[in-house]
Amino acid sequence: MKTFGLDITSADIIDTLSFFDSWDDRYRYIIDLGKELPPMADAEHTDANLIRGCQSKVWLSSESREGRLYFNVDSDAFIVKGLLAIVMAAYNTKTPAEIRSFDIQGFFESIDLMRHLSPTRGSGLQAMVARIQSIAA
Amino acid sequence: MKSTDQAGFDVEKVRADFPILNQQINGHPLVYLDNAATTQKPQAVIDAIVHYYTHDNSNVHRGAHTLSDRATARFESARKTVADFINAKSTGQIIWTRGASESINLVAASWGSANLEAGDRILVSALEHHSNIVPWQMIADKTGATVVAVPVDATGTIDMAAFSTLLDTRVKLVAFNQVSNALGTINPVEEMIRLAHAVGAKVLVDGAQAIAHWPVDVQAMNCDFYVFSGHKLFGPTGIGVLYGRRELLEQMPPYQGGGEMIETVSFDGTTYNQLPYKFEAGTPDIAGAIGLAAAIDYLNSQDRAALSAHEDALLAYATQKAATVPGLKIVGTAACKAAVLGFVIEGTHPSDIGMLLDQQGIAVRTGHHCAQPIMQQYGIPGTVRASFSFYNTFDDIDRLFVALEKVRQMLL
Repeated sequence: MKTFGLDITSADIIDTLSFFDSWDDRYRYIIDLGKELPPMADAEHTDANLIRGCQSKVWLSSESREGRLYFNVDSDAFIVKGLLAIVMAAYNTKTPAEIRSFDIQGFFESIDLMRHLSPTRGSGLQAMVARIQSIAA
Repeated sequence: MKSTDQAGFDVEKVRADFPILNQQINGHPLVYLDNAATTQKPQAVIDAIVHYYTHDNSNVHRGAHTLSDRATARFESARKTVADFINAKSTGQIIWTRGASESINLVAASWGSANLEAGDRILVSALEHHSNIVPWQMIADKTGATVVAVPVDATGTIDMAAFSTLLDTRVKLVAFNQVSNALGTINPVEEMIRLAHAVGAKVLVDGAQAIAHWPVDVQAMNCDFYVFSGHKLFGPTGIGVLYGRRELLEQMPPYQGGGEMIETVSFDGTTYNQLPYKFEAGTPDIAGAIGLAAAIDYLNSQDRAALSAHEDALLAYATQKAATVPGLKIVGTAACKAAVLGFVIEGTHPSDIGMLLDQQGIAVRTGHHCAQPIMQQYGIPGTVRASFSFYNTFDDIDRLFVALEKVRQMLL
C-alpha cells in the first residue's frame, strides 16, 4: 500500500489531475484516492477524533514518531474521503515545521476542483486543515 | 408515463420571467431543484428593487421631503399587499422581520417572556426546522417551561392521536409547520389549530414552505401567529413576515428597542409606538418589502391553481421515477406532500450525490436540512432533497434521473 505524503505527494496529485479532460475522470480519480487510504480502525472512530461541522462524518487521528506526524483519516462519504486523501498527500509523514510552512490554500488553488469545494463548509476540508495545523502548532 | 399539465399552463412562458434559470452550470443547462432552500426571483422583483434604489430611495416615516413620502407610500403599500395576500384583517398585524426565523424568535422572546412560566409546555412537531425548535428551547430555559415533541410516524405524518393526548391545560403554545421542509409533509393545520384552541393554547404556524405553493388565509385557518420568509416566495432575502392576532400583538412587549418602535423617549420612561411599528426597531428593509410586494403582485397575476397543479404533477412524476431507481429510498412518504422529494441511495452518502449532480448542472440540497430530529428518527445522516417550483419542467426531472444514474455508476 502506498503511503500518502511519501509515495503520493501533493505534486503527484496536481500532475495527475491536470491530465484528465473530463469531470467524471477527475472525480473517479479522487474517489479512488480515498479508497487507497489505509483503513481506520473502529476504535479510532471516536467522538474525540470526529471533526464537527461537516456534512459527512470526518475523523482524524494522529501520532508523532521521530519528529514526524502520521495521520489516519476517514469519512463516510466517498468524495470527501478522496479530498482527505489529497490533504494527506500534503501533510502526512511531514514534520510540524513542514506542515506549518506548507501553503495549503495555494495547493487547493492549483487544483480547480478543490478551489470550488474548499470554501464549502459542508466538505469539512477547512475544518480538517485547521485541526492538522493546530496539531502541528 | 410522463405526466402532463392541464391545458393552458405554459411553463416556458413562466420560465422566461426568471432570468437566472437561463444559464449553464459546469457546462450543462441549469436544473434548479433547491426551491425549498430559496426560490428564484422573477424579473419584476429585480426591477422593483432596482427602481426603488434608482428613483425612490429614502428613509421611511420621518423625512420632510418628497422622496421620503414616496418611499413610505411604497413601503406601506407593500404591507397592505402582504395583508391582502394572506387575508389579514389589518396592516397593523403585518410585522416586517428578516425572515421566518426572526418572526419565530420574536414571538418566542416577546410573547413567551410575558406568558410562559415554570410547568408550562410548548408543543412542537418532530418535523420542525431548527428555527421552530431552538427559539422555544431558549425561552423555555428562561421561563422554566418545557418543549415537548409531537411524534411523527414512519411516513413523516404527525401522529394526531399522540398530539391529542399531549394536549392538556399545561400546553400554552403549539408551533408547527404547514409543510415540512425536509420531507414535504403537508400537516392538517386547521384540525391541529382547533384541537390546540380547545385546551386554550395559542398556535404559531410556520408557513415558510407552504406560502409559495397555494393561497393562505390566516383568518380561515384561525391561527394566532403565521410566519414566512420573502425569499421562499420569489422575493428578496432579508425580508420576512410575522402575522399575529391583534389582541395578542397588543399585549406583547416590544422585541427590540430602537428608532421607529417608540412613541416618546425620556430618561424618566419611554412609551412605545402602535402596531405594527412597536415591533420594528431601526430602519427596516425597505427595498426588501417592496421587492416582496412585487413578488406577490407577480403571483397574483398568475393562475395560482394552475401553478399548484403543475407542482403536484412534477412531484408525482418524480416520485414515480424514483421508484424505478435501484437502492433508492424516498424519505417522507406522507399521503399529503408538497413539492419535496427527499431520498437516500443505499451505499452512498448524500453529499457524494449532491457534488456529482452539481457537476451535471443540477442543484439540489443535501444534508439534514436543519431538521436533525427527524433525520435522527430515520437513523440517517441526511438526504438528497429535490424541491420543485412551478418554473421546473418534466424535462428537469428527466435530467435529474439521468444524472442520478451516472452518479450510481460512479459510486457503486
